[in-house]
Amino acid sequence: MTDTEHLPVSEQPLVEPSASNGLLGVFSRRYLLRLLVRREISARYQGSFLGLLWSYINPLSQFFIYWFIMGKLIGLDKTETYPIHVFAALIVVHFFVETFNAGTRSIVRNKALVKKMALPREMFPVASMLVSLFHVGPQLIILLIACLATGWSPDLVGMSAALLAFGIVMVLGTALALLFSTANVFFRDFSSAVSILTNFVRFGVPMIYPYTLVADRFRGHTDLYLANPIADAVLLMQRAFWVGTTNDPAATALVHMPDHLLTRGLIALGASLVLLVIAQLVFTRLENKIPERL
Amino acid sequence: MADYPKDVSIVVDDVTKAFTLRYHRTFKQVSVAMVKGRDLSDTFNALDHVSFTVKQGESIGLMGLNGSGKSTLLKLVNGIMKPDSGTVLTRGRIAGLIATGAGFHPQLTGRENVYLNAAVLGMGERETARKFDAIIDFAEIGRHLDAPVGNYSSGQFARLGFAVAVHVDSDIFLADEVLAVGDRPFKKKCMEKMQEIRDSGRTLFYVSHAAASVRKMCDRVIVLENGKVGFDGGVNAGIKYLKYEDENPDNDPDDMGDLDEELGADI
Repeated sequence: MTDTEHLPVSEQPLVEPSASNGLLGVFSRRYLLRLLVRREISARYQGSFLGLLWSYINPLSQFFIYWFIMGKLIGLDKTETYPIHVFAALIVVHFFVETFNAGTRSIVRNKALVKKMALPREMFPVASMLVSLFHVGPQLIILLIACLATGWSPDLVGMSAALLAFGIVMVLGTALALLFSTANVFFRDFSSAVSILTNFVRFGVPMIYPYTLVADRFRGHTDLYLANPIADAVLLMQRAFWVGTTNDPAATALVHMPDHLLTRGLIALGASLVLLVIAQLVFTRLENKIPERL
Repeated sequence: MADYPKDVSIVVDDVTKAFTLRYHRTFKQVSVAMVKGRDLSDTFNALDHVSFTVKQGESIGLMGLNGSGKSTLLKLVNGIMKPDSGTVLTRGRIAGLIATGAGFHPQLTGRENVYLNAAVLGMGERETARKFDAIIDFAEIGRHLDAPVGNYSSGQFARLGFAVAVHVDSDIFLADEVLAVGDRPFKKKCMEKMQEIRDSGRTLFYVSHAAASVRKMCDRVIVLENGKVGFDGGVNAGIKYLKYEDENPDNDPDDMGDLDEELGADI
């Protein structure tokens, strides 16, 4: 069952029809994955008049709430170029939350296919992650325009930080989507639990408050806070975009960023990869029971 | 695995598949059951130590009463499910319909579903594009092609699913009561197409309750009874085993009656 040309039957081996090699199987069937991603993009806002625009309205409205309530009303906007501080973080946070939420629901939502067709079921969480990634594009363009307008110019360390940030969220998001999409088949409670979890994410990262606040309050004991890979990803994004928009980027990086940020990012990426392997193992174990429990 | 000859198409070896009947689902129900000391779950074997092998090019009629495990067996052969114990092995590409219908996405249009379904069955983009017109011609659903599949009638749904499945270059073709919802001309067309598939040397796995169509299509019958193989052998003996037929089937000289029976007025 691959996209390769059709061999005469006598030359094909006897195999288990259900054999799928997990995530590797997903990427060996890229054409099917592309169709699923396209389907998901068109289906996510189906029947709505504004359609794809909702993908921008949602993060933008969040941005304005944070900017106005947290920045203006509570007075956190003493941070330089506060809107960019928030927005750069919001992009990765929103990407993660979308992947986690949509990925968790992905198998249940596609049950018509899952129950009647033999295909690697990892397809659905992976497709959810790619759809969320697709929606990141335009937000990134808005961010870039805002950054350039405030005199930001790209630097090598910053760009590798941004790549690392997206790498972390892609891997971690896929791992959690895999884990929770199967769990959600067995108990639909998981999708509700995930929406609550994602609420914590927004406040557990230095998005609406600066990292220095955390360092101050915890008197430097920030190891636990920084053990959160999403917090690392957010800091990496701010290193990439926000730091360059301040008056003295070198000083900002020194004061507002934790030490060894890139190393921390690489460790977070490594931890996310380990979690992805675990998620795949759990998925393979539980997958058997998916069709009958849907 | 190497000890099977080269002409074996499907191996089902000592396969068991159990399902759980669940009494209690919510937190409240589970805690009440635990307090009262009742069983939380109960399992039954949908398939119970089923074994058989199929040679390439054989056409098997899979028969049995409702709930005897026919669809479960087909799902295992198709790879949708894995057996709890035992092995299922197949050779080559598998296509077909499971439980009267295809895996279509209700929100997508017929056209989009054709591409998606073909991709799931292992066809590439070019292959689908090349066969697209033939598929649409066969399905005859006209301008409904661009309407969401969720709005289709059950007949239209089955037509499109069958049309995609028969156009895949498969080595094994599974058909699960495909003809249950089609109208008469379409049933006739499907039978012809399936005969064509059979004659081209592909393995055919045909689930039906209609004795006459099994007799026409198949050269071997497997009867499932409560998840076990009750009979495996010749077509006539298999149908007799099931008592799906009167003692003297030549009672009715009317040709139309014959055709009806052949097309599968479900008993």
